Amino acid sequence: MKINDVILRTVVKGVVFIILTLGVYLFFSGHNAPGGGFIGGLVLGSGIVLLYITYDLETVHKKMPFDFKKVAALGVLLATGSAIGSLYFNAPFLSQTDGYFNIPILGEKHLTTVTIFEAGVALTVIGTLVTIILSISEDE
Amino acid sequence: MTFELAIILLPFIVAACIPIFYRRLPKKVIGWVVLVVPLSLFLLLTTYIPRIAKNQTFSNNYEWIPSFNINFTTYLDGLSLIFSLLITGVGSLVILYSIFYLSKKESLHHFYCYLLLFMGAMLGVVFSDHLLVLYAFWELTSVSSFLLIAFWHHRKASRAGARKSMTITVSGGIAMLVGFLMLYSMSGTFSIQEIISNIAGISEHALFIPALVLVLLGAFTKSAQFPFHIWLPDAMEAPTPVSAYLHSATMVKAGIYIVARFTPIFGGEMTWFWAVTGVGLLTLFWGSFNAVKQVDLKALLAFSTVSQLGLIMSLLGLGSIAVYLGYSQDSIIYTQAAFAALFHLINHSTFKGALFMMVGIVDHEIGTRDIRRLGGLMPILPFTFTVALIGSLSMAGMPPFNGFLSKEMFFAATLKITQLDVFSIDSLGVVIPVIAWVASIFTFVYCLIIVGKTFFGKIKPDILDKNPHEAPIGMLIPPFILIGLVVGIFVFPNLLGHYILQPAMASIYPTFPSTEELTPHISAWHGLNMELWMTIGVVILGGTLYYFLKRWKPIYRWIPQRFTLNSLYETIISFSENVSENLTKRYMTGNLTHYFSYIYMVFVIVVAGIFFLTDSFEWSLMSNSSVESFELILVFVVIFAAVAILFTTSRIASVLLNGVLGYSVAFFFVIFRAPDLALTQLVVESVTTALFLICFKFLPDLTPERTSKRVKFTNGVISILVGATVTIVGLAVINYEKFETISTYFEDAYNLAGGKNIVNTILGDFRAFDTMLEVVVLFIAGLGVYTIIKLKAKKGDADIEN
Repeated sequence: MKINDVILRTVVKGVVFIILTLGVYLFFSGHNAPGGGFIGGLVLGSGIVLLYITYDLETVHKKMPFDFKKVAALGVLLATGSAIGSLYFNAPFLSQTDGYFNIPILGEKHLTTVTIFEAGVALTVIGTLVTIILSISEDE
Repeated sequence: MTFELAIILLPFIVAACIPIFYRRLPKKVIGWVVLVVPLSLFLLLTTYIPRIAKNQTFSNNYEWIPSFNINFTTYLDGLSLIFSLLITGVGSLVILYSIFYLSKKESLHHFYCYLLLFMGAMLGVVFSDHLLVLYAFWELTSVSSFLLIAFWHHRKASRAGARKSMTITVSGGIAMLVGFLMLYSMSGTFSIQEIISNIAGISEHALFIPALVLVLLGAFTKSAQFPFHIWLPDAMEAPTPVSAYLHSATMVKAGIYIVARFTPIFGGEMTWFWAVTGVGLLTLFWGSFNAVKQVDLKALLAFSTVSQLGLIMSLLGLGSIAVYLGYSQDSIIYTQAAFAALFHLINHSTFKGALFMMVGIVDHEIGTRDIRRLGGLMPILPFTFTVALIGSLSMAGMPPFNGFLSKEMFFAATLKITQLDVFSIDSLGVVIPVIAWVASIFTFVYCLIIVGKTFFGKIKPDILDKNPHEAPIGMLIPPFILIGLVVGIFVFPNLLGHYILQPAMASIYPTFPSTEELTPHISAWHGLNMELWMTIGVVILGGTLYYFLKRWKPIYRWIPQRFTLNSLYETIISFSENVSENLTKRYMTGNLTHYFSYIYMVFVIVVAGIFFLTDSFEWSLMSNSSVESFELILVFVVIFAAVAILFTTSRIASVLLNGVLGYSVAFFFVIFRAPDLALTQLVVESVTTALFLICFKFLPDLTPERTSKRVKFTNGVISILVGATVTIVGLAVINYEKFETISTYFEDAYNLAGGKNIVNTILGDFRAFDTMLEVVVLFIAGLGVYTIIKLKAKKGDADIEN
């Protein structure tokens, strides 16, 4: 049986961009406003899951050829790596630092190493979420 | 970053790289690549010799978890240097040997990965000054040893041997951990060097003797001392290079290292003296006595290793008396025992490593190691015979090989100790040289067996049929280097004594002012004294016993099979397996409802129990803020949804009602001004609903459960109790004022962590450790789901266990 899901497809085409943008926004705003790696990752992940639900696996996979297990692994590596990295600067495990930098065009920006850690969290969440949902739905 | 830390880390890094890159390398090359690691480390470590010989020590501290007092402290002194040279030196030779020994069809990347893991762990043990870090590396050596013994895991004996060694060494390790914690509670520091420097403060403590015993338990299990030695012969199921490396030269010496390292702490105690000396001597005798009856060459060498480890152990025990006596002109003579221990430690690694490699060659070329089927191999394997002869004679303590020198020093030390009259040595001490001498006779006998039964006599015809030939040159170089050392050390013993052993003596006797005095001059000829007569007696009696071996061998059948330590071990293991299986079957029913009720009951009993026990109920609404009407509406929505779930008959309805619950909670977060939580809750709720929708097609229709009224009633009571407990906890949290508030940290988040959103500063900075581990857990959970679904065993798959 072929389900007629024209409405869903049309809506998702627009909505997915909003969701993904929101995810990225939440990720970056996390430092000083609500958001952060975990929630950003969740939103991005659910956006990707929405794509998978609307279109079939092959179509999405053709455009996003990621192995999401590896995405999760990369996230774990980033999170633990940024923790270990601080040891090389003679700082205790998991130390984070921040500072203000003058970047051409963008102006003065507040950059922190927490962002790397949070990126790890976000990638793990995306990877794990998609891996779990995909593997359950692919099961025969 | 200093060199010492790099030395520990390098094997781990390379071990981590092997599984990633091994496919790009041809199988022939992988061993050579790995060989670079120990070789370069060995060369690097030799550059420390001149500096260490000047009694320098190298200490470096890396803060790891300072709030728990856990630091990565490397400490390199004479004692560590001896062991690290052995680890890397013998390691290089063994890897070279293994390149030619192992077939290219084996899974070499596993083998070398485990081997490097072991090497790194072992270097970590000898370089760590911090007790807990040392313990972690200590257990890692057990784990890697387990993996290496079970390398041929399709064989049942390999798996059994691996499990046995793991069980025994890890139990000992845990005892040692408890001992370490006791030391910490007494001294307030985890650093061995700091404990040594304020030893006076703790030696009268009530926990001092228990700590001593527990640490010794760890050392004895690892070093295969009686009665824990039973794992070592079974560990011989490992490939021969592993036996040569782990089970003769390095890992089993970790216990010796611990005893030597802790001699300055515990050495002055009578318990220590008698435990170390007594167990060592007993092991020395029992190992050599049992070695004679073995028919498998590797098992014979295993028992001989047990016996030699006992010898080194007993020497360290004898040497510890000098710590008790303190520094004086008279007590200096007793330190020679410890010197002999270190000397024999090196000698043993050289000749035993060579002997194991010799057995490996015999096994490899002839196809058996059973001495009943071997014999007359001298013309076929002339080079191997040379190795066997020199190695065995050195082990038997014959000149002109290094074993002679250390054996003479051992006899001298046992004789010297009888002249003391502390620790009731005057009554019992006379036994020490007697046991040592008797054990040496058996040692001589089994050394003759190794050479005689393998290389002399008549060759068996079935061996000749196979047309055996000498091993490839690569398998001969490593044992020849080792027997070169056997002879070389005999010729220049004082070179070794001065540059390598002398600084290590300073580590064992830190309170003694001059290490020059601690280093005796080793000479091959020291006159016709008692020691030499003892050796001559060993040769005569040992030779006679070997000649009449068939006549007296039946005495080994006197001990019935039922009373051996091995059968005791088997009984304990099978008994505990049965008990735990029965116990587990009783509660692991496979019914999820049961599991939930276990979890909830424990939760209620622990949490509510504490409230009742501490009698901490006080009802007051004074400090609560007022409840708004819209909050009440939300509460009723939640209650309605929760109760309605119980009465739904379709899955869709229950999922939707569950969603109502979740979204209402999100509303609460909004009302209580927690936007982060509300956002997270909303997204999680949506994702969960999506998950449910995907799962639907796999689920059968919801059928009403047929359970008895009693079960329903019990479940109802448990649910109500859980709800009540959670409510009480929620109320208690608001009104709890016992502890100092920690919110000051979060309020100052911008200065402390550089972020204005305190929720995220908690996640990313204040409690980042939790977050990091949660990420790891999440990842593991994802992989778990993936493997459960994707890697289902196909129907009709053969069971790989046998």
